[in-house]
Amino acid sequence: MSLLQTRPALPSDDKRWKLVNAAMRRNGYAGHALIETLHSVQESFGYLDEPAMRFVAGSLDLPLSKVYGVATFYHLFMLKPKGRHACVVCTGTACYIKGAGSLVDAVQERFGVKPGETTEDDRLSVLTARCVGACSLAPAVVVNGNLAGKQTADRLVAKLEELA
Amino acid sequence: MNLDDLAEKAEEYRARDDGITHEVRVCVAAACQSGGSLPVLEALKAECGDGGGTCKVKGVGCMGLCSAGPMVAIAPKGGTIPDSILYREVKPHDAVEVLASVGGTPVERLHTPTDQPFFARQQRIVRENSGLIDPESFTGYVAAGGYAGLIKALSEMTPGDVLREMTTSGLRGRGGGGYPTGLKWSTVAKMPADQKYVICNGDEGDPGAFMDRAVLESDPHRVLEGMAIAAYAIGATKGYVYVRAEYPLAVERMELAIRKAKRSGFLGSKIAETQFSFEVEIRLGAGAFVCGEETALMASIEGLRGQPRPRPPYPAEAGLWGYPTLINNVETFANIAPIITHGGEWFAGIGTEKSKGTKVFALAGSIRNIGLIEVPMGMSLREIIEEIGGGCPGGKAFKAVQTGGPSGGCIPAQHLDIAVDYDSLKTLGTMMGSGGMIVMDETCDMVDVARYFMEFCMSESCGKCIPCRTGTWQMHELLDRITKLEGTEKDLALLEELCEVVQATSLCGLGQSAPNPVLSTLRYFRDEYEAKLVSE
Repeated sequence: MSLLQTRPALPSDDKRWKLVNAAMRRNGYAGHALIETLHSVQESFGYLDEPAMRFVAGSLDLPLSKVYGVATFYHLFMLKPKGRHACVVCTGTACYIKGAGSLVDAVQERFGVKPGETTEDDRLSVLTARCVGACSLAPAVVVNGNLAGKQTADRLVAKLEELA
Repeated sequence: MNLDDLAEKAEEYRARDDGITHEVRVCVAAACQSGGSLPVLEALKAECGDGGGTCKVKGVGCMGLCSAGPMVAIAPKGGTIPDSILYREVKPHDAVEVLASVGGTPVERLHTPTDQPFFARQQRIVRENSGLIDPESFTGYVAAGGYAGLIKALSEMTPGDVLREMTTSGLRGRGGGGYPTGLKWSTVAKMPADQKYVICNGDEGDPGAFMDRAVLESDPHRVLEGMAIAAYAIGATKGYVYVRAEYPLAVERMELAIRKAKRSGFLGSKIAETQFSFEVEIRLGAGAFVCGEETALMASIEGLRGQPRPRPPYPAEAGLWGYPTLINNVETFANIAPIITHGGEWFAGIGTEKSKGTKVFALAGSIRNIGLIEVPMGMSLREIIEEIGGGCPGGKAFKAVQTGGPSGGCIPAQHLDIAVDYDSLKTLGTMMGSGGMIVMDETCDMVDVARYFMEFCMSESCGKCIPCRTGTWQMHELLDRITKLEGTEKDLALLEELCEVVQATSLCGLGQSAPNPVLSTLRYFRDEYEAKLVSE
């Protein structure tokens, strides 16, 4: 339980901060709920920026260095904003054997972004995941949260081109 | 509450479906959902209406043959998968035809026979309810005999009796280590402490494995029941389910199950009118493979970076926040309730001398039937891959099967007749692991596979100890050179030396086992490495 007498004010009047605050309150502002809190920030804002990490650190009474350490340790947390669309290519073993590498290459060739990067016009972010558990549909991708299986390079590129 | 009260309740829930003769079951687990099973479920529900009071459409968990999804089964009420008419790749516009076949002749173009080895050769304990009951329904679980294990433990057994039953059963940890579960529980039970914890490890990080995901998505109450029995046996009052954030559906179903179990008095304080209390919370992972290691997982629950620490002390003595902690895998917990219900002797009658019970495997890669199977320990690899799995598609020749993920190794064709259990796989230089089996055919480059796993370990290394942090990087460099046809004899020798060092000196299982895929491919496919070497 936090010993803080006053918690930091919300960074702005953006309503999404209330969701983050609610997540912390649910866990009694306990420091061990840091990962849960960071999940809720990322869910609300799409990524973790410095003001967000400062706010979480202050609210949970943790050093900023610890919050930053945790945020950078786990692959799922993003410190930069994602593009309008996100394409996650699964690179689990089953997908790898069935050609996930060629999907990554094709996307890189067409859109000029490597995994972890976003196109200059902020349209598309390309990411890789270590197995999304859809091995029966290998090779699989997750485009804007929707899983699509049995992909080929051409089909994937066509699908991504359709996105506005 | 005693067993009779529970049986009465189950009867009451079953009576709600009294007029029903047939169930139309639609798989709503992740793989079938991504194939479009929710629209199929909607279409069937709309088409069926109230089914004239004799037919009911419902969503169920994973039926196993994930590559043929979305799957729909028409079963007589209470029937199992082999009793049903099974349809593959069902589309919403098939609804009329599917419903017309209830109690009649199957629709030929969608029909998948259930007498094929894939279904007929399985023995389901962990996945007993999977594909039969609605994972979001508490009453459905109780109607199928759920929570009988917990009520039996609470009303008829002492914690000591439960521990004895577990020891008799011979169950070993299903996360891959194979540590005897009864022994682990007894160790935690003996610890004098006011506070103890139970943790369910659902951080299924091994790429190519999806057993735990299916259990959590298809039968979440089964896992909770196992955890509650464990808590009773060791004297814990608080539990955590640690699930990967990459499995949102599993998290959602688990949350719902916890809420419903609590509302019905099977979790929370004074469970079933006894003095036993047990609370469960979910903790989310955030994409770190190393968090499957128990000490790293506990660090992650505490809100820290998921870095392992040296053992001893083992979690049984000093675990979460320094208190004695029992940590088992999802599949282990799913085995508990039937062991308590049917007795340890019954469980010990299944499997081999040293590996009891069944094991769930995820078949993937170059194999015809991709999906989940559950078979008794001791079945030969050949039966699993050729008969149940249907062999490699497209007439390609089988080359190797990879078990144990990035910590395991490959088994080549000449060892296919080995009986699969914890100890036999070790003699081949691989391990059971959590149960992922990736089949590779003749077109697969084994050096590239080794490089792939090393890249995985390199990027997943937490960076705490030097042998793993630097060693995996160096080994990956060497493998990269060899696959690019730039490696020499000297590089290969250095690679082998590094394997030994990293294996012997790393802090946790990730580093200690990172060289396994290289060592095992070197053992069976050394010629492929040598063919890629160039002279200096």
